[in-house]
Amino acid sequence: MKNRKVRSYDDQVHFYGRIWILGALAVFTLVPTVISVLYDAWPDAGPFFKAMLGVAPIFWTVGVIEILTYTPMLGSGGSYLAFVTGNISNLKAPCALNAMNAAKTKPGTPEGEVISTIAIASSSIVTVMIIAVGVLGLSFLRPFLESEVLKPAFNNILPALFGGLGVVYISKNWKIAAAPLLFMLLLFIVSPIDLSGYVGILVPVGAVIAIVSARIMYKKKML
Amino acid sequence: MFDPNSKFMYILVALVILYVVAQSVFFLIKAIKRAKELNISASTIKKTMISSSVFTIAPAIAILMGVLTLSGFLGLPLPWFRLSVLGALTYELSAAYSAAESLGVSDLSVLVTNAKTFSTIAWVMHLGIFTGLILIPIFLKKIQKGLILIKTRDEKWSDAFLTAIFMGMISAFLGLVFADIKTGLVGWIPVFVMIVSAIIMGIMGLLVKVFKIKWLEDFALPITMLASMGLSIPITNLINSLVQGG
Repeated sequence: MKNRKVRSYDDQVHFYGRIWILGALAVFTLVPTVISVLYDAWPDAGPFFKAMLGVAPIFWTVGVIEILTYTPMLGSGGSYLAFVTGNISNLKAPCALNAMNAAKTKPGTPEGEVISTIAIASSSIVTVMIIAVGVLGLSFLRPFLESEVLKPAFNNILPALFGGLGVVYISKNWKIAAAPLLFMLLLFIVSPIDLSGYVGILVPVGAVIAIVSARIMYKKKML
Repeated sequence: MFDPNSKFMYILVALVILYVVAQSVFFLIKAIKRAKELNISASTIKKTMISSSVFTIAPAIAILMGVLTLSGFLGLPLPWFRLSVLGALTYELSAAYSAAESLGVSDLSVLVTNAKTFSTIAWVMHLGIFTGLILIPIFLKKIQKGLILIKTRDEKWSDAFLTAIFMGMISAFLGLVFADIKTGLVGWIPVFVMIVSAIIMGIMGLLVKVFKIKWLEDFALPITMLASMGLSIPITNLINSLVQGG
């Protein structure tokens, strides 16, 4: 009789997650490869490395930081999915947090893990569907998407999202929220340079400030 | 001449997107099965799926607008692929701009018809952001094990630690809302929209707790978001008229 080892749910998620994400890497690499091979159009080394130098140092660093920041929130299944489907900070992470809050579960628990995965999977499928329908019906949708009347609504997605999300989480965790919130408000208000493009780097900065202040309060039994 | 909008490009991209959908469906089914084992009710699962789908509509339309922004330069299929997976508009624009600049292409409103230019941009977009796809399979299990260890040692601190991480994210984005206030009254529009969103969410909370409208609990954030986006239109018009009137 074969002695088959039964994998736990977590082990299965990591096993299949690795296969899917490495498959995604291969499939995504296939797109520029096929274009280069089919049209005999491989990039020249000079312009390619020059362009990479303008992108890689920042975005590779952000990529590493994002892994450390978002994976604890999203859980294993959610992370394997979200890091393939993208738009993590503006869509997948708030979506997962909202779903866990509504289902009264927490990140880092078995229940939180599955609710986060269900939320991110649903969100990914809907995103892909909306973009696909939009791309295929673009001639029909273009007047709507480029409408001057609707422009303010799409310019204000982030305040509309984080105002609501913020009030829920700050009211529940105001002690932990105080230090990073104060820091970010001061930074964005006082800074002489436009920081809007650096929010990806500022998320982990906010997380570190929150962790340090939470640790101090925890040690002093203030939490 | 290379055509970024060729039928072949559409088919290639559609196949890649099908892979992403298949992965999402796979994890969705797996998580639903696990949820049943954990005695999470079918109605909670259903509500999570519906509420997450509704929540996604507005941001997904914004992503679609990003596809439109890049389509004049790169055609539709490549931005469709890039913004359906991995990337966000801020990154894809930077990568495309960096690659175009290195090739001496300065006008991002003219469709690329040179295959080598197009392939260079496609490679830079891909390799500039692929770190997650390599590092996640290597490190995710270790990170999750570390978190379990923190939880086993001290559950209360583990909860505070995770809360602190997402409070860091929320704080950064709330700070971002104030980024333009130095430009004058128009720069305050995002702040007003954020306040309106917070008030609507507060009202939703009252409706759930005081008037016991339980179904609203799952849809409070999507409704708040869409209502605030809708109200941002009269807010913007009002501020613009005040600025122009003054």
